[in-house]
Amino acid sequence: MTSGLVLGIETSCDETGVGIVRVDADGTTTLLANEISSSVEEHARFGGVVPEVASRAHLQAMVPAVHRAMTTAGITARDVDAVAVTAGPGLSGALLVGVAAAKAYAAAWDVPLYGVNHLAAHVAVDTLQNGPLPPALALLVSGGHSSLLSVPDLAGPVTPLGATIDDAAGEAFDKVARLLGLPFPGGPHIDRVARDGDPSAVAFPRGLTGPRDAPFDFSFSGLKTAVARHVEALERAGTPVPVADVAASFQEAVVDVLTAKAVRAAREHGMDVLCLGGGVAANSRLRALAQDRCDAAGLVLRVPRPVLCTDNGAMVAALGAHLLARDAAPSPLALPADSSLPVTEVLVG
Amino acid sequence: MLVLALDTSTSTVTAGVVDLPESGAPVVRAQRVSAGARKHGELLMPHVLEACAEAGVALRDVDAIVTGTGPGPFTGLRVGMVTAAALGDALGTPVHGVCSHDAIAREACATRLSGNMVVVTDARRREVYWAGYDAEGYRITGPHVEAPAVLVERLAGFPSVAAAGEQAAVTGLPVIGPATPGPAGLVAVAADVLRAGTDPGPLRPLYLRRPDAVEPGARKRVSA
Ligand SMILES: [Zn+2]
Repeated sequence: MTSGLVLGIETSCDETGVGIVRVDADGTTTLLANEISSSVEEHARFGGVVPEVASRAHLQAMVPAVHRAMTTAGITARDVDAVAVTAGPGLSGALLVGVAAAKAYAAAWDVPLYGVNHLAAHVAVDTLQNGPLPPALALLVSGGHSSLLSVPDLAGPVTPLGATIDDAAGEAFDKVARLLGLPFPGGPHIDRVARDGDPSAVAFPRGLTGPRDAPFDFSFSGLKTAVARHVEALERAGTPVPVADVAASFQEAVVDVLTAKAVRAAREHGMDVLCLGGGVAANSRLRALAQDRCDAAGLVLRVPRPVLCTDNGAMVAALGAHLLARDAAPSPLALPADSSLPVTEVLVG
Repeated sequence: MLVLALDTSTSTVTAGVVDLPESGAPVVRAQRVSAGARKHGELLMPHVLEACAEAGVALRDVDAIVTGTGPGPFTGLRVGMVTAAALGDALGTPVHGVCSHDAIAREACATRLSGNMVVVTDARRREVYWAGYDAEGYRITGPHVEAPAVLVERLAGFPSVAAAGEQAAVTGLPVIGPATPGPAGLVAVAADVLRAGTDPGPLRPLYLRRPDAVEPGARKRVSA
C-alpha cells in the first residue's frame, strides 16, 4: 500500500472545501485539515442556492482555502502526494472551479490527480472518524441528493439501489421551512423547532411506501404539497399555525421513510452496516431514529459528526487517500467536470 | 523573463509561453489555441503543459503568470482565472490579471492607428462586451455590456477607425487585429508591471453583470 498526503477539493454546491488527509501504509486515514468557506448566507435571501452566486464565491475562496488547509495541517507543497477533487455530480459551473484548481495544483506539484464522485466521497469520509469501512449500505441525504447505495468497497464500484424521483430530502426541508416562515437553509431550523413539537400531531403521507412502489426510491414532493395544504387550510380558517407540531410531523414523515427503506435495503442486500452521510444526516431526529431501527434490526450504524456530513474537502481527500493507497490510476488533466456523473463511477479515469 | 499567459474569456482557449525581454515586444515561444471551444475546463491545463513542452520549459521555470480577467461569459472566464491563481499559488509565482479586451487592442494597435478603435466580444444573450481605445491601444472607455445596436449609437460619440474582437463586425467598421486575446497581447499589457516587479493586486473578474437570481415573491398556493 502507498502511504502519503492527499489534498481534497470540493466545490459541487455552495461550500468551497479543502481537506488534507494522511493515509498510512496500513491503510489508516487521518484528518489533518478541513477548511470550509461557505456562501450559504449569500443564497439565503433567494431561498435556495443560486449557481452563479456559488460559482463566483468559489473563485474567490479557492486559493485562500488551500492556504488555510496547508497551514492548519502544518505541511508544505512538497509534502502533498496527490490531489483529489469532486468531478461530479453537482452544479456544473461550481464543479468547474474546483476541477480547474485541482488540475493546476496537481500539475504544478507534479502529483497524481484523482477526479472523484461526490457521493462516494460522502461515504468515504466516515473512515476518518470510525476507521476502515466494511461492506455497507449508505443513505446519503442532502439538499442535492437522496440516495441509497450499496458500497461493498470504497475504491470499487458503487451500486445505486434507489434515489429520489422528485425533490431531494434537504430541498423538502428548505421548502417546508419557508412555508413555516423559518430561514434558509431549512434543515437546522426545522430540527430545532421540531424538538418542541408533537411528531404525531399531523399524519402526513409517507411517499412511495405502497406495496407496488419502488422499494428503495424516495419521493418528497407530495409530502411538501401536503404540508402546504395543511398550512393553507389553517390560515383560511384563521387558526394560528402550530409551527412546532407541523415541523415535527413533517420531519417525522421524512425520517420515517428514509430509515425504514435504508434498514430494509441493508437487510435485503446482506449488509451489516448502515452508513449515513450528507447534510440531512446532521438532523438529530434522523440520527436517533436510524439508531433505534438499526439496533432493532441488528445493524451497526455509522454516522460521521455533522461537520463531516455536510459537503467538505475532507471527504474528497479521504476518498483520494483510499485511491492513492491502492495505487489507482490517476485521472487525466483533460478531466471534465460532470454535473450528472453516475454514482457507479467512483474515480473518473 | 519567462511568462505563462492564459485567457478563457472568449470561445477561444489560449495558453502561451512568452519571453518578455528587458525592452521591446514580448516574443511568443510556444502557444496552444483552440477556437470555438466549449470545453474550456478540459482543454486549458493540457494546453498549458503542451505549450511548456514545446517551449522546452517546466512550469517551475515560469517567472510570472498573466491571465485575462474578462469581460467574458462567466463559466469559461473562471476556468482561466482559477487556473492562473492556483498555478501561481502552487509555484510561488506572481499572477497578474489584465483586461482581456486590452490584450486584443494592444495587438491590434501594434502599428499605431490613425484614430480610436473599439474591441467587441460576445456577451451572449444578444449583447456584446465592448471597450474603446486610443490609436496606441490604451483604453479610454469601458468595458461595457450592451446590445450591438446601442454600441453602434455610442460610436457616434466615440468616432473610431477600426474594430477588433470576435464580434467586431457588428460595428460596421473595418475589422483589424486578433479576434480573441493572444499570449503576446496579454503579456504586452502587463509588461510594465512585470518589468518593474510590482506586486500584483488581487485578481478580479470583470463580470459586468449581476448573477441572475430573483428573490422569491409571495408564496404560491397549492390548494384551489
Ligand atoms: Zn453532498
